[in-house]
Amino acid sequence: MPFKLRLICMRMIIMPSIEASNLSKHYGSFAAVSKLNLKIEGAKCVGFLGPNGAGKTTTLKMFTDLIRPSSGEALINGINVHKQKRKALESVGTLIEMPEIYPALTPREALSMIAEIRGVPKAERKTRIEEAVAEVRMNEWIDKRVGKFSKGMKQRICVASAILSDPSVVLLDEPTSGLDPRGMSEVRDIIKALKNKKRLIFMSSHLLSEVSDVCDEVAIIDHGELLVYDTLSNVTSKVSGGESVVEIGLRNTVDAEQVTKIAAKLPYIAKAEKSDGTTFRIHFDGGLEAQEKLLADLVKMKIGIVSYKPASSALEGAYLSLIKNTL
Amino acid sequence: MTETSTLPKNKVPSSITQVGITTKYTFIDYFRSRRFFILLTITLLIGALLTVLVGYYQPDSFLASELGFYSNWWGNSATYVIILSGIFFGGDAIVGEFQNKTGYFGLPNPIRRSSVYIGKMLAAFSASTAILGIFTLITVVNGVYYFGLSVPLEFAQSVLFAWFYLASVIGFTFFFSSLFKSSTMSTIVTAILFLFAFSLIQTLVSTLVGIEPWFILTYGAQIIGNVLTVPYPEHKVVTSFGGGGQAGVNVGFSLTTFNAQIPVGLAIIGIYFIVTAVLGLILFEIKEFSG
Repeated sequence: MPFKLRLICMRMIIMPSIEASNLSKHYGSFAAVSKLNLKIEGAKCVGFLGPNGAGKTTTLKMFTDLIRPSSGEALINGINVHKQKRKALESVGTLIEMPEIYPALTPREALSMIAEIRGVPKAERKTRIEEAVAEVRMNEWIDKRVGKFSKGMKQRICVASAILSDPSVVLLDEPTSGLDPRGMSEVRDIIKALKNKKRLIFMSSHLLSEVSDVCDEVAIIDHGELLVYDTLSNVTSKVSGGESVVEIGLRNTVDAEQVTKIAAKLPYIAKAEKSDGTTFRIHFDGGLEAQEKLLADLVKMKIGIVSYKPASSALEGAYLSLIKNTL
Repeated sequence: MTETSTLPKNKVPSSITQVGITTKYTFIDYFRSRRFFILLTITLLIGALLTVLVGYYQPDSFLASELGFYSNWWGNSATYVIILSGIFFGGDAIVGEFQNKTGYFGLPNPIRRSSVYIGKMLAAFSASTAILGIFTLITVVNGVYYFGLSVPLEFAQSVLFAWFYLASVIGFTFFFSSLFKSSTMSTIVTAILFLFAFSLIQTLVSTLVGIEPWFILTYGAQIIGNVLTVPYPEHKVVTSFGGGGQAGVNVGFSLTTFNAQIPVGLAIIGIYFIVTAVLGLILFEIKEFSG
């Protein structure tokens, strides 16, 4: 195989990755991030959780060279961000804090600037900008000056900027912050779409329900130290003594008796409870394999399942338990 | 997980190209900003005021000679236009990236901070040049009205020096903009330095102590006005007062005035530009977005 073709093939199979290696940031005696070791590889969405001041934003800033680490390395696709920023960030879309855009520019101009800086081919620039703006539902505002926009509208443009260059890694710092419920839902849809495009998404959030809804894995940090990094179900089951909780949505109304009957048919279920009219929750032992089996068994029962997801309250329980342990 | 991802076919342009991109969009932002229109209005007002006053009173100091006209009109006002431009476009240029959080939009991209710094500096320089250009045009139109089409060579030299001085002022304001954490503080300190402090230090040092103030930027900027004076002013002028001229009796006092010569003035302007621009860039490189 010719060298050039081999090179292209090699590039095609590179998995997107981010890695913190002994990453630390100290402000005097205060350790904002302390010897963080975290390697995330492959196309997935990872939620980055922790209380205020835990070091989430500091970590993301070190991954984007807004802050230099006191020690350790931040690597993206194997490239040190601080030594080779241009190369490391060439395939990374970012949204850190709530950026402001030059007020006299229009979204089209602001995104053109980013597209040009990122080297989006001229022929594709216009289409990509319009697609990105359409994705965040800001088409009508594309040629209006940003200075007059609300916080939420600016946040949408910043989300558009993060996805504009079709990056392989997307770093998001509380991406739904400042958005109204519809905006939050739309941004979640965008993140899910990015997942489908096989991107690595690393997002910090305070909203556990959002992380449950969108993410495959979760990393929890507190006092600058990583507490856990695992799949959502493993984290919840580990902390709750091996018990996982899933929330099941049905097409039709469900009553308590029906829920009990379902639970009785599946002996590995620890507990089943009705949540509201069409949803109920199942507590069971085991991780992803048990979760897969449960879904298969429920589908076989033909009870009209329309949704099946890890319960956010399970994550909340795990989160609180982990954070409490560090106080 | 073993899913793979194709890398995008984007090709990040060179740092020099990125400087151009930053300059272009920052200039658009400046050009449409309220501050540009305020500065333009101030410049037009200065021009209009001079036009009306000279036209109405026909002062000899302006109309006796062609060089006298340019010296009085341009030599006295251009430096203020330059200082205001520097303050308006440079005062918050860098500190705003942190304080207003615009840096969070542009910097987490594959671009060096130096490209952003130089790009913004060039944009501020271009916007200020546009303002200075308008003031130059007003001066020339009036000069042509009174003295015909023969614009003196000394005026062209003076415009060139003014342009160099503008670069130096921009360099200086960018340095202060990198140094401070608040745009208000940066702008106020820069304004005080250029409008009062430098002139005061210059006067005290030269007049009272008798030392040439070669370390003051505004002293170097004297060449903008001096070049319009024929013959070029003496480097050192000592004016004595009182004393009666009696041998051995010294009851009077003398004041020393220094006039920057062209090579010294250019050197001061050039060194200020290089030193402040580089220091500002270093500060911007090491400053963190930790707020």
